[in-house]
Amino acid sequence: MKKSYQEIVQKNYPKENVLTNAIIAFISGGIIGIIGQILIDGYSYWLDISTKEATVCMLVTLIFFSCLFTSLGFFDKWVNFCKCGLIIPITGFAHATMSAALEYRKEGLVTGIGMNMLKLSGAVIIFGVVSSFIFSLIRMVVGLL
Amino acid sequence: MTIKFNDIYINETATVTGPYESKGPLGKYFDLCHKDLYFGEKNWEQAEEKSIKEAIDIVLKKSKLTEKDIDVFIGGDLLNQIAPSNYAMSKYNQSFIGIYAACTTSTLGLILSAILIQGGFIKKAVTFTSSHNTAAEKQYRYPVEYGGPKRKTTTFTSTGAVAALVSNEQNTIKIESGTIGTVVDSLSKDVYNMGAAMAKAAADTISKHLNDTKRTIDYYDLILTGDLGIYGKKILKEYMSSEYNINLEKYNDTGVMLYDLKNQPVYAGASGPACAPLVTYSYIFDEMKKGKYKKVLLVATGALMNPTMVNHKLTIPSISHAISLEVIS
Repeated sequence: MKKSYQEIVQKNYPKENVLTNAIIAFISGGIIGIIGQILIDGYSYWLDISTKEATVCMLVTLIFFSCLFTSLGFFDKWVNFCKCGLIIPITGFAHATMSAALEYRKEGLVTGIGMNMLKLSGAVIIFGVVSSFIFSLIRMVVGLL
Repeated sequence: MTIKFNDIYINETATVTGPYESKGPLGKYFDLCHKDLYFGEKNWEQAEEKSIKEAIDIVLKKSKLTEKDIDVFIGGDLLNQIAPSNYAMSKYNQSFIGIYAACTTSTLGLILSAILIQGGFIKKAVTFTSSHNTAAEKQYRYPVEYGGPKRKTTTFTSTGAVAALVSNEQNTIKIESGTIGTVVDSLSKDVYNMGAAMAKAAADTISKHLNDTKRTIDYYDLILTGDLGIYGKKILKEYMSSEYNINLEKYNDTGVMLYDLKNQPVYAGASGPACAPLVTYSYIFDEMKKGKYKKVLLVATGALMNPTMVNHKLTIPSISHAISLEVIS
């Protein structure tokens, strides 16, 4: 019996190591979480600021180092290895933005960086804003009941 | 459609590559290898342009000719408006035909050169093609420094430029015939599995070539496809035997030959217009001259992928042009 072309394509599609990837992402994402928590505790202890302010400082720190490591050229290898462990936290957002900025720097400040920096991460901002609006709306409605 | 050529030869070839290719198993066969991806230029697009000029200059130097001796240049690459080819050709004040056939540009260029020479319109043609890993990544995929995970079926665009001098002056490598392919829609939508999008076009062209020339697959010592990669190669083998009842035994794919698949981060293998000719003009021609292969069918494959059309949820069409190469002793 003749097989259809798409059946042959499906048959020869390699299996991705979903379980291994998930474990690596779980551990590396967890490490980022621990680092974040240490930073929050450290900032609120050493700088004598509230947890809310320390959280902002922690985010800025993680963003700074993601951008720095991306610019130094080795963070993409880390992301490639850790996968969602580094992509889902704020490190992934910073990495995506920074890599696009680096890529288009040679095309000029406005036409290059300005217009292309959010090429990958723009969607995160748009849908982040939209979804937070929807959820705050739900929360408001629930609060009124 | 298959065209038979009488006395058309590939007189000289030139291969210029980037660092990944020179570290691969065929590294010693290339004419010029660059150590980084900028080739001393400011950006990757200009680097690709430079590599084309270098390939043309090497082929002219090897054949002791100047650009004035070449009647027409035929070439193209992977980037928008085939910019590197157009910019490179502005250096040579000679007739130029720019072509786009994605990763099968090399074989289309050879076929067109052979047609023009066979028809008696011109005497000498130089056909070239190029691709550049990071320039292609930037245009078709993600920023280079972005490390998002890639699927196993993803191919790695080769960096390099090749040029070949085609004429009717007798030489060892003869272009015996050429098959102009048709656009085939394999119904694939997966941009990370180009091998699957292209294998059907390769199968279509191989079977048409065999039908037109009334040959069997055993006629050839080697069938060489363009850049299907590990999985595309498996798909082609299985589809050829299932659909056309042809067993591909003496078969290989340049996508799996260019790199060391175990130790280089290239996933399913090499791709790009430079991939097929880089392997053919260097290693395969060398083996042909040594007598290992006498008749080779080069079936370069091109996925005619357009990011906008993919966003429109359309399938990826592909095309494949084949040339039959023979050694004249």
